[in-house]
Amino acid sequence: MTLTLSHFSAAVLFALFASVVFGITQRNTTLEQIRYGLYCFALFVGGVIAAGWVMWLLRR
Amino acid sequence: MAKTPIDKPANAAAAPEYPLTKMAIVAPIVGWLIPGAGHIIQKRYTRGILLMISVVAMFLIGLGMNGRVYGPNGGDILEILGFIGDLGSGTLYFLARIMGWGQAAAAHATADYGKTFVIVAGLLNFIAAADAHHIALGKKP
Repeated sequence: MTLTLSHFSAAVLFALFASVVFGITQRNTTLEQIRYGLYCFALFVGGVIAAGWVMWLLRR
Repeated sequence: MAKTPIDKPANAAAAPEYPLTKMAIVAPIVGWLIPGAGHIIQKRYTRGILLMISVVAMFLIGLGMNGRVYGPNGGDILEILGFIGDLGSGTLYFLARIMGWGQAAAAHATADYGKTFVIVAGLLNFIAAADAHHIALGKKP
């Protein structure tokens, strides 16, 4: 069985799981962990979108 | 004005700030072998379950995308680093090696993502195991 994911969905899943681990391990209180996890997730996904636009510009 | 040194008890230098306990040794090992279990045995159930779901899901998604699982090797430096990353998943890695998972030839581009998922799952589990160690030491609540 082969799991077929688009580039974007693979990146979002990667961001989700990595952000959960970063949030839990890098901060102490529950609120800080949630905030840091969301921050990491936003940076991961935002970075993917920004890199996508940079590649689109380079290709033109 | 110069500060005067504060007198310390004679045994102050000998006593570490975070003494090494049995749990501080056991928790990271258990956490490495079973992702999240290092937190669960210290009664951090929610954190442990979330870590377990994250690491196991990343590992399985990586395998699902036909990601390669590296074996012990002494060749290219990237392959050695790939092996070290994969090894971080503990029991999942050994299970994959025993069952022969992740040995298929990369047939499409997403297999490369799969390989990355498997390696990163192991690296994240190393971080989780270190966190379990810090909790056991008392450095973290």
